Amino acid sequence: MSVVVVGAGPAGVRAVERLVAAGLRPIWIEEAPDGGGRVFQKPPPGFSRGHRALYGADHGRAFALHAALAALKPLTDWRPDTLVWNLRPGDLDVVSDGTHERLGWERIILCTGAMDRVVPIPGWTQPGVTSLGAAQIALKTQGLAIGRRVALCGTGPLLLLLAQQLTKVGAPPVLVLESAAWSTTLRAVPGLAWNPAAALRGMAWRAGLKVQTGAVPLRVEEGCTALRWRDSRGWEHRTEVDAVAMGWGLKPETQLADLAGARFAFDRLQRLWLPERDAAGRASVPGVYLAGDGASIGGSVVAELAGTRAALAVLQDIGEKPDPLETTLLDRALAREARFRRALERAFPYPHALAAAMPDETLLCRCEAITAAEMRASAAPEINRGKAATRVGMGRCQGRLCGPPAAEVLAQAIGCDIAEVGRLRGQMPVKPVVL
Amino acid sequence: MTRADVLVLGGGGAGCSAALHLARRGADVVLLERGLVGSQASGVNHGGVRQQGRHPAEIPLAIRSRALWSRMRELCGTDAEFDPCGHLKLARGEAEEAELLRWNEMAAEHGLKASMLGRNAIRAQHPYFSDRVVAGSLLAEDGSANPRLLASALARSAREAGATLLEHHEVTAIEPGFRVEASGREFEAPVLLNCAGFWGGKIAETFGEPVPVYPLNPNMLVTEPLPFFCTRNLGVVGGDVYLRQIARGNVIFGGGRGESDPALPTSRPLPEPAFAAMARAVEIIPHLADAMIIRCWTGIDGGMPDALPVLGPSRTTSGLIHAFGFSGHGFMLGPAIGAILSELVLDGRTDVPLEAFDIGRFARQTALAEDASKTRLE
Repeated sequence: MSVVVVGAGPAGVRAVERLVAAGLRPIWIEEAPDGGGRVFQKPPPGFSRGHRALYGADHGRAFALHAALAALKPLTDWRPDTLVWNLRPGDLDVVSDGTHERLGWERIILCTGAMDRVVPIPGWTQPGVTSLGAAQIALKTQGLAIGRRVALCGTGPLLLLLAQQLTKVGAPPVLVLESAAWSTTLRAVPGLAWNPAAALRGMAWRAGLKVQTGAVPLRVEEGCTALRWRDSRGWEHRTEVDAVAMGWGLKPETQLADLAGARFAFDRLQRLWLPERDAAGRASVPGVYLAGDGASIGGSVVAELAGTRAALAVLQDIGEKPDPLETTLLDRALAREARFRRALERAFPYPHALAAAMPDETLLCRCEAITAAEMRASAAPEINRGKAATRVGMGRCQGRLCGPPAAEVLAQAIGCDIAEVGRLRGQMPVKPVVL
Repeated sequence: MTRADVLVLGGGGAGCSAALHLARRGADVVLLERGLVGSQASGVNHGGVRQQGRHPAEIPLAIRSRALWSRMRELCGTDAEFDPCGHLKLARGEAEEAELLRWNEMAAEHGLKASMLGRNAIRAQHPYFSDRVVAGSLLAEDGSANPRLLASALARSAREAGATLLEHHEVTAIEPGFRVEASGREFEAPVLLNCAGFWGGKIAETFGEPVPVYPLNPNMLVTEPLPFFCTRNLGVVGGDVYLRQIARGNVIFGGGRGESDPALPTSRPLPEPAFAAMARAVEIIPHLADAMIIRCWTGIDGGMPDALPVLGPSRTTSGLIHAFGFSGHGFMLGPAIGAILSELVLDGRTDVPLEAFDIGRFARQTALAEDASKTRLE
């Protein structure tokens, strides 16, 4: 039985752990040099900060995950630094350090993680502008602040967390723009076990941060010297900066699920097309399982649970009989987390109106240098037709970055619902490769 | 029931051009397309606009179409990025060089002036070629265009000229006469144009003239943008690889076949032919060795065993005219095919010889086995 697990973040580690416990020896593929995922990414060799300094309140979970990762590597066919660039029924094309290989699979668990979700604004492609996630990784793994006068724009817990982390290292941001209005965040409170509004406000207060809520960035000036932005009352401001980080939540890396032929459905809350799966993580294609943020954004706690659950589904499907209590408890925990997650999505929604209304001159697709005006002018009936007419999504990222905002722009331009413009079709290779 | 003078099945380059030419001459045309216009072979091919290297029977078609390409903007409001950059066909050995010479001589009889580049000239003009390239034949008036733009532009102009083009209208029944059912609607016309690409085979079969058409899925690749080096559209004798560099620097190339299931329809590129095409490209242009491939794609065309289309009146049914099976080189011909079809319908004749494309040439062959239409895709 050839079982493959793609990804060694929280979902991948727990999936592999459960498979190994059942006596299997999966092929375990990780694109990065080591596991941990983005959330528990390890510093490069030679950096000596401890878990507590790196992962804060989550240091215990980080330590446990890293310990499991280290213990599991020798019990699997561990392949770090390896990119899966194509996936077909039964086989898989990988490349590692320039060497290509074709692997077979009968069951595959995709734990492909997520990337930052951005809204292009004029000036966003200049040096000095980065994503919240990238800014946090630079800080976490190498102790590097992205600038001396940093503006942070986005929504949700990561925004304030990063602001707090930058403050702690002596580089407090000069500006923090949270696109969700307090009223929006507060309305979602009843669905949450804790109160994010209060928690975040407390966190911001402790860090001495002033957070503009209901505020959005408008333009990064030439040379990334200043940020133009709009406050919740509609007033425009200009703040001098030397670096900007932006990110409005995360976006699952679903390209492999797409190549596997999984059926996708539009998720109204996340405003994204997500691969369909059952409660255990089974995709619509036999033998394909999905777990973690690569399937639907849920955070690292959900990812660990979902990783174990997907592994149990594999075991069930190959005729093993895991303890029903184990699956029941996991399903219950996942359902609880899902309720929390839905409330969090409502508290910090993706600012789709900002994307839909981006100025005409905005570089919507940075790979191919296509403006929002060109996408609007195409007046295409669906997004792949818009891609054909304008090249949006034809470049090296294949729309991973610009796909969702391009759909918002097109849907508004032709006056239809966002779900009706569809999603960009993915093609191999999922990331650029030398053949 | 919708009545028309002409029903066109298939919204590729040929079908859309036929609708446009017929509507411009006052005919009442309805075109039915299962998906979106230009979704398959017409929209996802390499974009070569070449007369170079064609079968002698296709040369008059190509010459006619090349003339249309020069006035594409008048025809459909865009030149579809047509660039008459020349098509250079390369020889990788003496036998291939002899083949180029033979073709040039034959083409000269049709009035095409290809010029031969020998070993020294090709080295001097194209220093990026490897020693494997020993000669080339350049047809300077050939070039390339952007396939994604052509069919939709022809469709737009056809609509402006008064034709009715219905997308997402899959034909579910055809009866002689002709009565066609699509998406629950009925259409009737005395003339039926079969421009349905690979699926044209099924339509022909409905009228008792099966042909051995198979789904042809050209495996296409594009590199990241590279420093500009190559102005010509490039091919090789044998056609196992073809390349062009677009103004943005990306090199678009193809070779080999992807896989498809025309019933869905779905198609996808495959890694093995991608590796093989890359190896062949590097064999003639060594500095492509480290170029990153950013995307691959394919689509579904109708391939014929003799690589010639089925083009002309049905042998069994009057009023039915076929134009399908362009075997991977129909993009450039599409505009002229539409013009020729409009002449066959309205004038009963055309000045381009069509004998070689007669559907009757397959009369003694049997139909394909059912599942032979399915390539590797599971």
